[in-house]
Amino acid sequence: MKKCNVLIVGAGISGLSIAYHLAKKGVNDILVVDQGYFTNGATGRCGAGVRQQWATTQNCLLAKASMEFFENAHNILDYDDLELKQEGYLIVATTLEEEAQFKENVKLQNSLGIPTRFLSKEEALKIVPHLNPDAFISATFNQKDGHLNPFKTSEAFYLAAKKLGVSFSFYEEVLDIQKEERNFTITTSKDSYQVNQVVNAAGGYSYEIGHMVGLELPVYSENHEILATEPVEKFQGPMVMSFSKNIYCQQVPHGAFLMGRSDPNVKKGHQVDSTVNFLREMSKTVVDLLPKIGSLRVVRSWGGSYNMSLDRQPIIGQTDIENFYVACGFSGHGFMLAPMVGLLLSEIMMGQQPSMDVDFLSLNRFKDKSSLHIEKSVV
Amino acid sequence: MSHKDIILCRCEDIDYQQIHEYLEQGFTTIEDLKRLLRVGMGPCQGSTCMHLIQKEIAKYLNVPMEEVSTHTVRPLIVGVPLSAIAGEDYEEM
Repeated sequence: MKKCNVLIVGAGISGLSIAYHLAKKGVNDILVVDQGYFTNGATGRCGAGVRQQWATTQNCLLAKASMEFFENAHNILDYDDLELKQEGYLIVATTLEEEAQFKENVKLQNSLGIPTRFLSKEEALKIVPHLNPDAFISATFNQKDGHLNPFKTSEAFYLAAKKLGVSFSFYEEVLDIQKEERNFTITTSKDSYQVNQVVNAAGGYSYEIGHMVGLELPVYSENHEILATEPVEKFQGPMVMSFSKNIYCQQVPHGAFLMGRSDPNVKKGHQVDSTVNFLREMSKTVVDLLPKIGSLRVVRSWGGSYNMSLDRQPIIGQTDIENFYVACGFSGHGFMLAPMVGLLLSEIMMGQQPSMDVDFLSLNRFKDKSSLHIEKSVV
Repeated sequence: MSHKDIILCRCEDIDYQQIHEYLEQGFTTIEDLKRLLRVGMGPCQGSTCMHLIQKEIAKYLNVPMEEVSTHTVRPLIVGVPLSAIAGEDYEEM
């Protein structure tokens, strides 16, 4: 049996960021294991968007601090180009009710230092001229939101963590975790380990990993699909998004358009299939909102798991099992929040004062479900 | 010929040297290389480059080519305009 100090389950963006932040604080002997290839899970399948326009204080603060990290990430992580493109998220309102909610969101975001503006239809059309003017009534816009390449960001964290002495093992699946008196015994498809601290950052499989130590984490997974078009010359700066129309759509620096929407009838589970239904509904939605994009060819579509929590906000911190920590339930937004997730969990694990209030991220909040603040700004 | 001049993926302009730099780092599957270098993500979706890269991996690992897994084939098989897909439904009505 091998020994290690900290074993992190999952080498997605959260596991990578946690490993990096722990190692940076001087923690030795960290091993990150992942069941598949590099970025096989949700991180490598996500829509590559990073935004700070949220409807709850907590998500705004997490996202803002994470964006500050991304803005300096090429220096912090010593990586050439993460393809950060801050040309904004333009979120369109289609009903008066939605517009009223957006005005509240802007007020909240401004009060927290996020420079979102409320825009009339005419102002929005100046930023994205190919929007269908009959498909929306107003919009919100934050220039500081935008695009970040998930593969490059993962590689940057991976290389930085490795340089700090973190070990990685891919194609190694965790099969069993036993809590002993003083530590854990972890059995994988390749080996077994005696471990002091365990981090469950298993993304879509967080519930299963928690279950191995008897936890019933309040999360489940569901498939969310995306499609990509052929690359073309740049003609759209911001990510265009609508909650009511159920769409997000951006042109990445490479030139392709990426777009996604959720399926209200999707079944819980680990399937990540591509469906004809998604292709048809996505095409109709984008042709309605952004008609010009209709002429572009779809070259590929894929699916990935959202790990959903009850209030659509992350779960980060301790559990009832001593020295067993979780970072899960990101509900589709783990990539853009990863820097703060890594920092906060590393602080919690080392018994330091967290950089921001973490009560709202803790598992304890689910004990009284009536007090949950459900995040509405989710596609 | 310099290794930089040997193009393996024509859609994304990825050369022999770039592939081998990642092989040296331990990324020895097609799924790894696809995500790190975009090989197979261009308009041809891997129909040109994948068997070439498969061969490079086989040579590098010194295993028969059939032991190197191919990439996940994603729909669609050829590019189709979004408006054509969106219009499909109207024809049915």
